[in-house]
Amino acid sequence: MAPFPRCSGLDVPRFPPPAAPARVRDRSGSCPGESQLVRLELRGITKRFPGVVANDSVDLIVEPGEVHGLLGENGAGKSTLMNVLYGLYKADEGAIVLDGEPLELHGPGDAIAAGIGMVHQHFMLVPVFTVAENITLGVELTSGFGGKLDRRAASDAVRELAESSRLPVDPDAIVEDLPVGLQQRVEILKALYREARLLILDEPTAVLTPQEANDLFEAVRAFVADGERSVVFISHKLREHRIIADRVSVLRRGAIVGTADPREASEQELADLMVGRPVDLVVDKQPARPQDVALRVTGLCLRDAGGRALVDGVDLDVHRGEIVAVAGIEGNGQTQFVRAVTGLESTFEGEIEVDGRSIRGRTRKDVLRSGVGHVPEDRSSEGLVGDFTVAENLVLDLWDAPPFARRGSRDFEAIAEHARHEVADFDVRTPSVNTPVANLSGGNQQKVVIAREFHGPLALLVAAQPTRGVDVGSIEHIHASIVAKRDEGTGVLIVSSELDEVLALADRVAVMFRGKLVGPFPAGTYSKDAIGLMMAGADPADVAEEAR
Amino acid sequence: MNDEPNVPPADDPEADIAAAAERERESATHKAPLGAPATQRFVAAITGTSVVVTILAFVSAIVLGALVITFSDDAALEALGYVTSRPSDFLSAAGSAVYDAYHALVTGSLGGLGQLSETLVAATPLIATGLAVAIPLRAGLFNIGAEGQVIAGGLTAGIVGFSLSGWPIVIHLPLAVLAGLGGAALMGWLPGVLKARTGAHEVITTIMLNNTAALTTTYLLSTAFIRNPTRNDPISKGIAESARFPRFPGLGSYRVNVSIILVIVLAIIAFWLLERSTTGFELNAVGSNPVAATSAGMSPNRAIIIAMAIGGAMAGAAGAAEILGIQGRITDGFSAGIGFDGITVALLGRGSVGGTVAAGLLFGALKSGGRAMQAQTGTSLDLVVVIQALIIVFIAAPGLVRALYRIKADDGLGTTRVAKGWGS
Amino acid sequence: MSTAVATPALVASGLTAAQVRRERRFAGYTFFLAVLSAAVLLPAAEGSATFLMNAGRTVATLPDLVVPVAPLLIGITLACLYATFLLWTHRTAGRAVTIVGVTSGLFVLGYLAYAVDGQSASMVGLLRGTISASTPIAFGALCGVLCERAGVINIAIEGQFLAAAFTGAVVGSVSGSPWIGLAGGVLAGVLIAAMLAALSIRYKADQIVVGVVLIVFATGFTSFLATQVLSGSPQLNSPRRFSSIAIPGLSELPFVGPLLFNLTPLTYTMLLLTLALHVALFRTRWGLRLRSVGEKPRAADTVGINVNRTRWRAVLLGGAVAGLGGSWFTLDSVGAFNDEMTGGRGFIALAAMLVGRYSPIGAFGAALLFGFATAFADALQILSTGVPSSLLRTAPYVVTIFVVAGLVGRLRPPAADGQPYETE
Repeated sequence: MAPFPRCSGLDVPRFPPPAAPARVRDRSGSCPGESQLVRLELRGITKRFPGVVANDSVDLIVEPGEVHGLLGENGAGKSTLMNVLYGLYKADEGAIVLDGEPLELHGPGDAIAAGIGMVHQHFMLVPVFTVAENITLGVELTSGFGGKLDRRAASDAVRELAESSRLPVDPDAIVEDLPVGLQQRVEILKALYREARLLILDEPTAVLTPQEANDLFEAVRAFVADGERSVVFISHKLREHRIIADRVSVLRRGAIVGTADPREASEQELADLMVGRPVDLVVDKQPARPQDVALRVTGLCLRDAGGRALVDGVDLDVHRGEIVAVAGIEGNGQTQFVRAVTGLESTFEGEIEVDGRSIRGRTRKDVLRSGVGHVPEDRSSEGLVGDFTVAENLVLDLWDAPPFARRGSRDFEAIAEHARHEVADFDVRTPSVNTPVANLSGGNQQKVVIAREFHGPLALLVAAQPTRGVDVGSIEHIHASIVAKRDEGTGVLIVSSELDEVLALADRVAVMFRGKLVGPFPAGTYSKDAIGLMMAGADPADVAEEAR
Repeated sequence: MNDEPNVPPADDPEADIAAAAERERESATHKAPLGAPATQRFVAAITGTSVVVTILAFVSAIVLGALVITFSDDAALEALGYVTSRPSDFLSAAGSAVYDAYHALVTGSLGGLGQLSETLVAATPLIATGLAVAIPLRAGLFNIGAEGQVIAGGLTAGIVGFSLSGWPIVIHLPLAVLAGLGGAALMGWLPGVLKARTGAHEVITTIMLNNTAALTTTYLLSTAFIRNPTRNDPISKGIAESARFPRFPGLGSYRVNVSIILVIVLAIIAFWLLERSTTGFELNAVGSNPVAATSAGMSPNRAIIIAMAIGGAMAGAAGAAEILGIQGRITDGFSAGIGFDGITVALLGRGSVGGTVAAGLLFGALKSGGRAMQAQTGTSLDLVVVIQALIIVFIAAPGLVRALYRIKADDGLGTTRVAKGWGS
Repeated sequence: MSTAVATPALVASGLTAAQVRRERRFAGYTFFLAVLSAAVLLPAAEGSATFLMNAGRTVATLPDLVVPVAPLLIGITLACLYATFLLWTHRTAGRAVTIVGVTSGLFVLGYLAYAVDGQSASMVGLLRGTISASTPIAFGALCGVLCERAGVINIAIEGQFLAAAFTGAVVGSVSGSPWIGLAGGVLAGVLIAAMLAALSIRYKADQIVVGVVLIVFATGFTSFLATQVLSGSPQLNSPRRFSSIAIPGLSELPFVGPLLFNLTPLTYTMLLLTLALHVALFRTRWGLRLRSVGEKPRAADTVGINVNRTRWRAVLLGGAVAGLGGSWFTLDSVGAFNDEMTGGRGFIALAAMLVGRYSPIGAFGAALLFGFATAFADALQILSTGVPSSLLRTAPYVVTIFVVAGLVGRLRPPAADGQPYETE
């Protein structure tokens, strides 16, 4: 297959070729890869896990100078495939061929030596180390006796690399103090420091504002501008592939189901290819009929141990019968906000009322049982006890309440009966209600959480990232359930970093940035781009100008 | 590192369920889900790979124990000196040393009514201390403090036992037992509260409390209040007859006594508590995933304190059984390590009540047999401790047993897991 | 658990509810000290206490320290009350722990003066006792730092101590040289470490369980061999002990000479090793990699660092260090092996590691604190203060509980501590 021709006329302006080619640090005196074109070929890669074939005989070719998109749903096998390529997993079958030579990978060290770099979805950084320590880890600069670290040389080297590749970062900062966008930059620099010629980016935009994502796309373009280096770009977002990828391969159920030019194929075509059936991309809902106030937050402030405000003077009303969505990049105080509103935080300034009653001084149990449902951000760690059965997890919050318990004794019949009912209602796919919930798929685990938290009449439902890591089919079902709950007269508060989800569900939209809340505005007041700008801290007044 | 392998393809209910079922098979079935029908749990327990591993662990420990016997036996060592010229000498010397020791071990524990009585006498406190470790284990706590709790329980039971007199046994004995349970419960409650309020790790605080309890007992035995005035050595006044556990009618010449009934009743209560009660559900949830438990409205701190206090009470039963059932007075070091034995008992029983009772009986037999072995062959009783430790080493690392016996890898196999680092 | 509401004033000072509760708790503690000092100690004060500042032959002599007890106690009471005021009103500027530490130190000084009242005590002796008693604790804590910085929880330090103490005694006796005995002790420590590493790294067993079981194993095995072998052959259990080595010149300085420059080889080693490990951990490539493996093993793996090999090496090196500490018992301190002679000091070492926040110098500082508690109790025993010796001997254990409960809540262990690394 011939190298894919570069297209023009993109959604974002192409990054101009850098004046000096973005260079890779050269510590050996010569740059062996300078003229070497990396052409990567995966042949028949198969990788199995207990109960799942994660990759089923995958073939993939990445040409030099190409940005190759890898599109697929959550769980389609994208990350597994890339972890095989990076030597983290060993393929059960198949071969990796780099420049015509078969590549034997016994670990990431071999992949690095072959010029492969990877930026993982969950950063591979040591949070308590400095930027320079992270970047040089494994290839440390030392001086003198006994491997003594030369910190100054490392700082200088990193600073130089950061400047030459236009990814500036302070080499002496502690990584955990940096915002996620900068942490990702450190990850990229780490790969560049090791002279990566093939860069794998695994869902890189998930943690970025739309503006930061554009910066990233420019850096990617600069990286491949010399026509020699290449990038594999993994994302489940169609739009991003249309912006950045030269070609896109679609992965479904562990197998490649097609390769296309993302700018020629339509969004609907790609979506259908990815899911395997026509997808309904819009949520079907009637206009909201707001009633009494379900949640009233006034002047809420939350602080970390050092006294820094994480949530800073938030006012918000959520009425019964409406969905209010709070958009925002992760780490802007949403987590703490949700914890406070659902009774998990005992110390806060300001006032939180649910159904007209203050929650100050009340236990979480009391708050939940007065009619609050809470779908937590991370279902497996916060929402479920993995060793417990589906039935037990379905009554996790009502374990000592009738009819599931009487006089301190649990009623197994009532618990099982309830479980069978909920499993049928929410289409939880499980061999039995006595299966440990850890054995279910991610989507089905989320359904268990949703079934439990949606149970009974609720005044307020708080759902944080309700569809994270869930496949498209389940997303539709979860969205429909949320709307149904609203129509029952529950006040719904959604907190999400997925702008598409916010726009699809919300009756009113608010944006959280650095602990402050902007809005809420009725849905449709601002365009998607405008909300994206607010998520990055833009003032609504300014955005309004631009949007109009 | 990501949950992809756990996410089978969408839109295929059959595949979803099949994958979940397969994972269920792969993850060991040693512990059928709580609340599953008894038959299902029983079948799971029998067919689970863990039973095989347990048996193999036992066998391996016995074999290693035999090696230890061999290499500490004078005759065998002497024969080893010329093993190249006459290997049969060494083999027969080693064989007879091992045979003698193990034969004494078995007959000494099961060889007759007297031996069985001694086995039960040894097992009674071990079951109790096993539960003292197992109950907190279910709440994610490692109670190394059973030893100190045994001491506290024996002390309080003993004090009530000797300071009252002229009471009928139906009042005095239960009172003394309750004092024992209460004193030990306080001793367990303390590290629970320290953990809940300050995050102090229970492994460290309980060990320190063990030493403190032992030294405090030494001190108390020197005070006029407790010390037997007719004796020069540090021994307490004798327990009143009305506070002693009676022996069984018709078996009066054997030391086995009613304390075994007490411990069985406590085991039944522990079973109800852990498997059937709402409190137990809370303990299990907190032990398994404290974040999710908090999120569901449970209180991990409450669970920690309850689990430690109840665990302490169980150890108190062991102390009461020793003082009121067997020894009849408090002495320095009366606990004799039964609290530490409880750790191995609970780990062998994998934290389940039934398993702990079975493990307690087994280790009780090893102990009573070990005494016979020591008396008859001169092999030290400490060998039993070594064998017990080896059994647990194999149990804690099923991977090691699988590697030794080339059992097919089966990854979800339940390792007993309590480590959560040192954080609170 | 708590329903504490932060008042605006407190929030302005940037304290969380937990910190507020903690400072209140600390205030209660310092107030208690003030009451003890004023109500219990002060009424008994009558004269002055003399602290001898000289020992051995030195180039010059210092005047002995004569302290009038009553004024000192009054001053200490006032200091305690001032600390209570600072803590209760949260005027601590984040130095609550320092304030509590200083107050406790002052109280201990006051108690010492009260005990010495009318008599004299050797300050040099007390501090030499402190350094000596802290030697094994510091070695154990350094072992813990090495293992846990690499992500392996090592509870088995107590077991490593016992194994090393036993082996050191036997090898030292047979060879007639404490140095060869020391080599044997180090080897025994490494052997237990290898078992820990194999079970927790290779077979991914629960590290706390494995640690405890290894202690049981080492206890049983050394006791078994001590009864079986040593009791019959005392010549196997009489090693020559290390003697103090005076550094020419420096050892004749007044006060610091006998204190710091006339020590046993093991204590010198401990001091040097603390510094060397501190530099190695935080300033070298080796240390950076070791810490990366304990903080985020997958990140280390993705840059080509072999996680499990790094952990193996760290645990084995830790075993050697613990072996030095274990040898101290038989080759430096006692000169013969007794059953369970380590008396929980492996656990105190763990506490020292936690209090020292996983840094070698911090761990050494904490070890000094525990060593002081031991030396202090020993010194009081000689002074006959009326407090029975068995209660005095609880001092290091009680101090450990207090310190762990007071400080560990704020601890941040290495992020991957206790988690086996799975490559797939």
